[in-house]
Amino acid sequence: MSIFLDENTKVVYQGLTGSAGRFYGLRNRDYGTQVVAGTHPKKVGEEVDGIPIFANVGDAVEATGATASCLFIPAPFVKDAVMEAADGGVSLIVVITEGVPAHDEAWFFNKLAEDYPDVRLLGPNCPGLISPGKANVGITAGHIAKDGGPVGIVSRSGTLTYQALYELKQQDIGVTTCVGIGGDPVPGTSFIDCLAAFEADPETKAVMMIGEIGGSAEEEAAEFIRDHMTKPISAYVAGVTAPPGKKMGHAGAIVSGGKGTAAAKMEALEAAGVKVGQNPTEAGELMVDLVRHL
Amino acid sequence: MDLFEYEGKQFFASYGIPVPDGEAAASVEDAVAAAERIGFPVVVKAQVHTGGRGKAGGIKLASSEDEVRQYASDILGMDIKGHTVNIVWIEEASEIAEEYYASFTLDRSKKRHLGMLSAEGGVEIETVADENPDAIAKIWIDPIVGLTDDQTRGWVAAANLNPAATEGAVELLQKLYTAYDQGDADLVEINPLILTPNGQVHALDSKVSLDSNSVFRHPNYERYDATQPRDERETAAHEQGLQYVGLDGSVGVIANGAGLAMSTVDVVSQAGGNAANFLDIGGGANAEVMAGALQVINNDPEVKSIFINIFGGITRGEEVAKGIVGALEQVDIDSPIVIRLDGTNADEGRAILSPHLSEMLMVEDTMLSAAAKAVELAGGAA
Repeated sequence: MSIFLDENTKVVYQGLTGSAGRFYGLRNRDYGTQVVAGTHPKKVGEEVDGIPIFANVGDAVEATGATASCLFIPAPFVKDAVMEAADGGVSLIVVITEGVPAHDEAWFFNKLAEDYPDVRLLGPNCPGLISPGKANVGITAGHIAKDGGPVGIVSRSGTLTYQALYELKQQDIGVTTCVGIGGDPVPGTSFIDCLAAFEADPETKAVMMIGEIGGSAEEEAAEFIRDHMTKPISAYVAGVTAPPGKKMGHAGAIVSGGKGTAAAKMEALEAAGVKVGQNPTEAGELMVDLVRHL
Repeated sequence: MDLFEYEGKQFFASYGIPVPDGEAAASVEDAVAAAERIGFPVVVKAQVHTGGRGKAGGIKLASSEDEVRQYASDILGMDIKGHTVNIVWIEEASEIAEEYYASFTLDRSKKRHLGMLSAEGGVEIETVADENPDAIAKIWIDPIVGLTDDQTRGWVAAANLNPAATEGAVELLQKLYTAYDQGDADLVEINPLILTPNGQVHALDSKVSLDSNSVFRHPNYERYDATQPRDERETAAHEQGLQYVGLDGSVGVIANGAGLAMSTVDVVSQAGGNAANFLDIGGGANAEVMAGALQVINNDPEVKSIFINIFGGITRGEEVAKGIVGALEQVDIDSPIVIRLDGTNADEGRAILSPHLSEMLMVEDTMLSAAAKAVELAGGAA
């Protein structure tokens, strides 16, 4: 099994008519994802390589039965587009867009929690998610992942996720689902959400977790792991040598006032029984070792 | 982006928050002219993005033209914790009855805005938090609802401010929340927030950090971006639109993706060296971006070797390799380059690089061996 996404998930792409939306939307379809619709208020009735365009997510859901939406929408319009998706009736909203203001993220996170508690938001500023062999929603290169499990991956970083998928494939190890939760200050889906889903998924036997400096999401995940996870976990936290106060590319990756350091996060994870690697390669090797001993 | 105190006070004033009258000056003569307009006594304050200005001698009370002249010339050009003072803020001196602390920021774990208010102001809030956490009254604000009048009153009462400050504090805090919310701030902080002997509540200092992602709806924030202190390297990188952070080491780093770039800096350190920078060129890694990145790194006199760490996802290895070769045709590089290329079609990419390999351009198979090689070429372990 996989979490959040499988071959039956029907996905509408908001921004399918734009260049990035078209490029990744069609790639996702080639991978096997059910890309059933796109939206654009002024291009109703048109098609993108055979995929019909609707005025909004509500119309697309009504016509196609879509249950998920993927957003390739410019940052200024993401807030409205997220609410359009929730109002339209999908249960999974994946926001690839980077550069969304933190106040907008806090706003729609809380709005969804209050008005649509069952809707899952992933991102913003994330690579999306892939259940290898079944479906791929977002910008991950599908061919670098091996399907079938037993590993589930959750990560705050895009390229480090690809690295992890690739290294596991080199070792002939498959992945159930790989979720990129993104590097922004208010991620819609947290490490804990993914860990809980992997714990409940019978085909996922081990979990790989990739964190980075800033915030306290890894520390909170460590607490959850200690209390609730029975499956083995390997982890890596990027940014050990990051200087305090500097933003390291991701808006969420900033160490402030001695809090959020990679060292503190690795310590918390180790204390919770997680095998922590000092670099991505080592974390990959630890995962391989965990899988061989399952 | 972090604002200087004077920019923060102008930002506050634009939302109706009471701040003392003041003027920014970049020269001694401008400082004197500002003081004469404002009227003595004035405070001469160094404008730098760091704390501890008072202890360093960067804040002085001046009662006369001679004193302003003296203090402004002492403070302009002063080094405070590695920050050079280029601007002083000349401000009317305030009478202080009590000093408080107030701030709003995002609580990332609770996903709500956090307001903090304390009757113990004028000292580092981290110290208060460590030694007397109960002295900080906290509220969490639902972004959908905002900060209500009732909530503000309860908050001010919980902080045990002087009753004379209540009305002024309630009014100021609501304006401060509006500034934080509508202004897309990551942080607004007033320390000290003062109560004057005649019962006024004013912002005597400001610490403001604005979300650079919000510039599309605040076009006037460009001017704050223009005053961000950047070293030469950071300026060059900023002009090219590169995600760059200057560090102190001798191994120049180029990687695609923020996480991989952070990780690259880490492995250089684990190999016994030190990175000269963090640089994320994004997913694409085409020749133009690569050339720009190499140029920025090549201009850094501390760089002794360059480590290019690329993972090909959708951008295939041969495209990345062509980008590197193309970039090297555009830029003359002084330091040896070590490349680690992995991911999609990495072998094809390495084949494209192979005729170009020399003592100045090497390929390593893994991230760790590439880091070790780059550190060795930079003169070995630090």
